[in-house]
Amino acid sequence: MEPVFGFREHAHTADWELEVWAPDLPGLLEQSARGMHALSGMRLQCGLLQTRSITLHGEDTESLLVRFLTELLWLEQEEGLGFDDFSIAVDSQYNLQAELRGSAIANLDKEIKAVTYHNLAVQTSEQGLRVTIVFDV
Amino acid sequence: MITLHDLKRISDYEWEIPKSYREDMRVPVRLFATRRLLEEVVKDKSLEQAVNAATLPGLVGHVIVMPDMHQGYGFPIGAVAATRLPDGVISPGGIGYDINCGVRLLGSQISFDKARPHLDALATALNHFCPSGVGGKGAVHTTDAELEAVCRQGSRWAFKQGFASEADLRRTEESGCVEGADPNKVSKRAHERGRPQLGSLGAGNHFIEIDLVEQVFDPTAASVMGLEQGNLAVQIHCGSRGFGHQICTDYVEEFQGAVRRFGIHLVDRELVCAPLDSPEGQSYLAAMRCAANYAFANRQILANSARKAFEQVLAGRVKDWHLHQVYDICHNMGKIEMHIIDGERMKVCVHRKGATRAFGPGSPELPDEYKPIGQPVLVPGSMGTASWVLVGTEASMMQSFGSTCHGAGRLMSRHEAKRNIRGEKLIQDLEASGIHIRAGSMAGLAEEAPQAYKDVDQVVEAVVGAGIARKVARLRPLAVIKG
Repeated sequence: MEPVFGFREHAHTADWELEVWAPDLPGLLEQSARGMHALSGMRLQCGLLQTRSITLHGEDTESLLVRFLTELLWLEQEEGLGFDDFSIAVDSQYNLQAELRGSAIANLDKEIKAVTYHNLAVQTSEQGLRVTIVFDV
Repeated sequence: MITLHDLKRISDYEWEIPKSYREDMRVPVRLFATRRLLEEVVKDKSLEQAVNAATLPGLVGHVIVMPDMHQGYGFPIGAVAATRLPDGVISPGGIGYDINCGVRLLGSQISFDKARPHLDALATALNHFCPSGVGGKGAVHTTDAELEAVCRQGSRWAFKQGFASEADLRRTEESGCVEGADPNKVSKRAHERGRPQLGSLGAGNHFIEIDLVEQVFDPTAASVMGLEQGNLAVQIHCGSRGFGHQICTDYVEEFQGAVRRFGIHLVDRELVCAPLDSPEGQSYLAAMRCAANYAFANRQILANSARKAFEQVLAGRVKDWHLHQVYDICHNMGKIEMHIIDGERMKVCVHRKGATRAFGPGSPELPDEYKPIGQPVLVPGSMGTASWVLVGTEASMMQSFGSTCHGAGRLMSRHEAKRNIRGEKLIQDLEASGIHIRAGSMAGLAEEAPQAYKDVDQVVEAVVGAGIARKVARLRPLAVIKG
């Protein structure tokens, strides 16, 4: 039986395609972040705890997802930080507030250029939310 | 799912998905491919993506897809689409995140026989002089003012800093500088990402490769380019790094709102676009040109670094170790060009995403020495297979908006490549076949294995068969540097 939350990679000829599922939107955002980090082979240093707070707004679920992951990519590429502990809250107007905890990145196997909107549609079911994200690499 | 039965055969190398295939298509899709390549193409979603691209407002002629096509996001990789000015649209997703990703080819008078004992040292020196890898910083760290100058001047900035010769500029598409760039249309984040990365290769499918000119098919054209059978050449494949990625990200976001304002209905949100004559369209065009110029300067600095590497290893050991520029071409660009469409000469915005401009003989955009032969087209293979030097033709001007293929094109998904290929074993195999490898990431290397790509010779056969390019020379890899 499939766990209630998780992610798995699908075949994509040129880029990376990640299916993500979770019971709710904060869970979906967290699993998407974990999946993105896993795809790029991110390993964190066992050093000083680094924390960041982010506030974002989306027009809908999909744009919030893209903006959240894009923000993580920015922190990864510009500050060299990765995160493995997330506290995420989203209100009904797609306003996100997140506390991110992690540390400096020890290793990245692959660079993600961007999070795309390609065929991006968050599906809702009785089990929760599910989405497939394509990353440009 | 589109099948071979949905395609109308025009010739052995040309096929069409008619406009009637789907109600929302504004133009047909024209494919250049052999039947064998098409059988592979229908296995992924590239043709669906081409049909989606054919729904954009203001398209003219056909949406073209090249034989190296494969599934991407929004547009497929290997697509060319032209929209009419002034009210047709421009789509950042139809150009890609790595704006002006492209290839530069340097030729030499260095014979393979004389260079053979030094190839390993050359690979090491190139790896040393040309920074690469995930998030890698560049050879040149620019200030804000310098980055603005790079945005406006491209390779001309590199020339002023002593990284380029006049011949380098002349033998670069657009002479290494697209006019109309405006750094004020570029976000602070893009500036921050761009400043430290100038003069770096990056990772992924980007590479520097030492090649042997193995076979010459057109001695006249090869001679004009300074390519001689048995001599070395160097290819540099990279783009606008984080600067371009950020610009595309910013405008794909901004255009999510623009499509609503302009009432444009899309089948895929990655196809977001804005009319060329709108403030949004003009802003993106100006920002995209900044990234294009950054990429020209980036490849120019890397070419200068490659020259330093050759000097360090070969000076005093080989008589003439200099590297001269053959040409520098763009793969991912939106350009305003004049073309004849349905008998009418019109100004259009040509989106090339994983496709190369291939202007025919006599085109005024070419440097004088290339006007008689047509524009050089550089088609890299994969690490273990051949690359090609082609030239554009009169037919490419009429059939494909002066465009042709850009590479071998992926065949295997990255997921499958990672599962089936080990980077360490791949290096052993390539070294055993005489190819020196320097790679930053084993996982990254495995994804880029030759087995993951189509047969580049088949791709070239298709574009030559269709008449949209002509063979000049075939190159064989001797050393590859991957980030």
